[in-house]
This record gives sequence, structure tokens and C-alpha cells, in this order.
Amino acid sequence: MHGILENLIPNVMSKPDELWQALLDTFVMVALSGIIAFFLGLFFGVILTITKREGILSNAVIYQVIDKSINVFRSIPFIILLTLMLPLTRAIVGTGIGVQGAIVPLIFGTVPFFSRQIESALAEVDNGVIEAAQAIGLSSGAIIFKVYLREGIGSIARATTLTVINLIGLTAMAGAVGAGGLGDFAIRYGHNRFQEDVTWVTVIMIVAIVTLLQVTGNWIVRKNTH
Amino acid sequence: MILLENISKTFHAKDNTVEAVRDVSLRIDKGEIYGIIGYSGAGKSTLVRCINLLERPTAGKVYVDGTELTALSAGALRKERKKIGMIFQQFNLMASRTVEQNIALPLEGCGKTREEIASRVKELLAYVDLSDKAKAYPSQLSGGQKQRVAIARALANEPKVLLCDEATSALDPQTTKSILSLLNKLNKELGITVVIITHEMAVIKRICHRVAVMENGEVVEEGNVYDIFASPQKQITKDFISTTSMLSSVFELMEDDSPVVALQRGDVLLRIKYLQADVSEPLISEVSKRFDVTFNILFSNLEIVDHAPIGGTVGILRGSEEGVNNAIRYFEEKNVKTEVLKRCTAYLKI
Repeated sequence: MHGILENLIPNVMSKPDELWQALLDTFVMVALSGIIAFFLGLFFGVILTITKREGILSNAVIYQVIDKSINVFRSIPFIILLTLMLPLTRAIVGTGIGVQGAIVPLIFGTVPFFSRQIESALAEVDNGVIEAAQAIGLSSGAIIFKVYLREGIGSIARATTLTVINLIGLTAMAGAVGAGGLGDFAIRYGHNRFQEDVTWVTVIMIVAIVTLLQVTGNWIVRKNTH
Repeated sequence: MILLENISKTFHAKDNTVEAVRDVSLRIDKGEIYGIIGYSGAGKSTLVRCINLLERPTAGKVYVDGTELTALSAGALRKERKKIGMIFQQFNLMASRTVEQNIALPLEGCGKTREEIASRVKELLAYVDLSDKAKAYPSQLSGGQKQRVAIARALANEPKVLLCDEATSALDPQTTKSILSLLNKLNKELGITVVIITHEMAVIKRICHRVAVMENGEVVEEGNVYDIFASPQKQITKDFISTTSMLSSVFELMEDDSPVVALQRGDVLLRIKYLQADVSEPLISEVSKRFDVTFNILFSNLEIVDHAPIGGTVGILRGSEEGVNNAIRYFEEKNVKTEVLKRCTAYLKI
């Protein structure tokens, strides 16, 4: 078995530790920035939903500020955002490079996208149900947590799957600031040194991760659709 | 129980403003079933939403059970809303919660223990006759069952008022009947004041005590259901009533020149309507004997509205010219409204 692999993917087999480290880096970047972005995105998505014109706590100023900020950040290509964020990244985590340095731009690149996804996920919650909840006399907090977030679980799970998969794509670009990870590994060896087997192995690994995420996401959506 | 004082509601869209409700004042008494009828766009849904302030009126005051809702803070309003149940055309149940969880929603966060909530939910399920569906999800229920769940949810906090916004409009006639019976039951047994918004006069006829007719945001006619049915004043009210009555199908027959309404010389196609709450007198037999006429009944539609008979009959009155005229006069004397729809006096030219 080992022999076959040595022949098939010699460049990968010569640096298993580096591949393992790359996988770990990708995992840390996705997990850390993903978890932080999830809560921030959920927060902003909910704020957008309740402050919009027909929202339960309609507030034009708050809505406009968040809405326009999201548009601005979503317009900036991620590779440019990476460099733009450098000073802020250094101020927050103390370094602009490595896995730590990538977390901040990854969050800034993901939160606006995810907030929009949450906003549209919550827009799918039937307005009549919200009206019924108001008629029952529920407080705004109860409407957010018991109705919006509960009724929206399926759509939120769908949006989360989409965003996490998107985030894996972004981590590859974060390799540009020396963040490491599978994408960086593939570029350094597969592209720059023409080690094609490295490219193929990382692609297969990423496909496997994405598939696993998609299947899990679909399962959660299905579990919460009645 | 409910007092609306000069309620107006204006919606501002981009270029135009819509006056959905214009200066409506209504008083709905404790324990009555009050109907508000109108075509879509008449403002009736907006008006009922003004009662629990889902829509805040542009002008006017809303009192429910002596409290002026329009003067309350958001928190105090939430408290008052617990005393006002509401059900909707589209049921508006939470798809992610089971039937029992849906009914429990208004009870959560009110300082009740889990056991108290569970026993109250059980009670409510039994009341709406759905005990076997406790663990089902709304998507597994029929429309009528969903509305029963919505009613149970609305009753959870023991409200004094129940607002029904087109609650039967998405249901078939049989289910509509059973939901209306349930509304009637909770009105009688629990003393809940019920406000029903509908575009179906049949709904009003079946359970309402009083009714208001809305058109273009205004209440154009209001009164006891019996009086409104017996002598509608406005054209729109007459139109609504005719939709529930077979008696108007005679016009279709006349338009089609149906042989059913073909007259011989001297015949009169007559529509009679009972105006007073007494049809025990055998009027038609009496007329027949007295004036030597026959009355060939084409349609008859007598119904019991609010415990009194209402309706009329369409038929062909045949006899001597004098006999026919005397018969019509006799009907009028007995306070029965007559309407000559067609009279055949001339020789038919061939």
C-alpha cells in the first residue's frame, strides 16, 4: 500500500507532516473564523430583519447603516480586503501573518455575506406567524428567539452550509498572507513547483470536506423541516 | 367590551395614500358575536387589526374592556393583548412546533410551571376536540384542524375577546360550519366576545348577533342581523344578502327565458319576502282560498336567522285580474313585502 502511494503521489508522501499541518491550519481557520462569523452574522441578520420597514422594531437609521456597511464590505474583493485589513489585524491579534493573521480578514470577508444570508433566511419566516406572535402578546425578544430563529432553523442551516463552504474557499486565498492551509499548500508545491500530485490530493481532500459539510447541512435542514 | 372612537387608518405608499379606514366608530357589547362584512379592500381587516393595535390607527381611540389601548406603552399593550385572542385566514401556526407546542407558546414565559402549561394545553386540546393530534405538526393537519389549533392557542390565556380575521375563508363549507359551531360554543360557554371579519354573508347569518357592513373604509350600515336581513338599506347590503339567497336565481332564469318562468296572460311573477318575525300564518293557502288564485311556487327560501324565520318565496300568481291584485294587496296588509318581477298583461304577439 505504502509502495503504491509512493509511486502514485511521490511529492505528497515525501512531506506528510506538512500536509497534515496544512489540513490542521485550514481546520483552525475555518472553525475559528466560522464560529465567530456565525454569531456576528446571526446578530446582524437579526438586526436587519427587525429594523427594516415592516420589522417588529423598525428603525430606519440602524437598518441603513448596517445595510450600507454590508454592501461596502461585500464589494471589496477578498484578496484586497486581506491587505486593507493588515493594520487592523495587527492591532487586534498582534500579527498580520499566519493562521492568526488570517482570522480577522476571514471574519470581515464572511460576516457581511452571512448577514445577508441570514436576512433572507429570516425573510422566509411567514409574516403571518410573526403577526400571530405579536397578537399573542410575545415580547420582541421572545419573537426573535422563539419564532424567527426557531422557524428559520432550516433556512439558517442552509445559509450556514453555504457560508462555511465559501469560507473554505477564502482560506485558500488567505495563504497569500502566509496563513498556510490546504490552498496555500497546493499553490506552493502543486503550482509553483509543478508537483501536480500535490494539487490533486489537496483538491480531493477539499472535495471530501465540502461534501461532508453539505451532507451534514442537508441533514440538519431535513431534520428541521416539518 | 370594545369601543372604537373615530378610527381612521391611512397607509402611505410611495406616490399615493390609501385611506383604508375612515372615521369608524363602533361599540361591541360584552358577550356578543359581532360580524363585520365587506368586499376585499373594504378595510375590514385593517379595522380588526386596529382593535389589538397590530395596526396603529392614524387617528381615533380604541378601548377594550375599559382600557384605552391607544394610550398604553408597548409593555402594557403586550399585557392587554393576552386578553385578546386572534385567529387568521392562514392559521399562522409555527411549522417547527407540534400542535401542543403551538398551543403552549402564549403560556411560556408567564411564570407558569411546565406542569401547569402541560395541563392547560391538554384542557385546550380537549376543548377543540384535537386531543389525538397533540404530537402532530401543523403540516400533517387539515385546514379545519389547523384552525382549531389556532383557536386553542388564542384561548390559552383565557381572553375576553376573540378576533377572527376571515377565519373560515380558506375552508370548505362543511369545515366552515364546524369552526363556526366551535366559535358559537366558546361564545356561549366561556362568555367570550367574538368579532368576525368575513366576506361571506352566510357566516354572518349563521352565528352573528349584530353586523356592520363596510364599504370603502366606512361602516355604511349596522344593526341586528335579523333587521339587516329583513330590510337592508344600502345596495351593498342587499347584494351581500342576495348572495345567500336562492331567491335571486330567478333573475338568471328570467334572463335565460327559461320555460320555468314563462307566463300566461294575466299571470304575475311575484317575489314575496317576510319582514316580520312570524310566518306561522298560512298566508299562501289563505290567499288561494280567499281570492280564488293559485300560487305556483318556484323557489322558497325560509331560514332561521337569530332565532326568527326570514326569507321569502318566488312563484307565479294566477287568477282573475282582480283576484291577483287583491292577493298582492292582502300580502302587503300582512306586512309581507311583495315585488312584481314580471306581469303578462298584453296578448302575446306571435
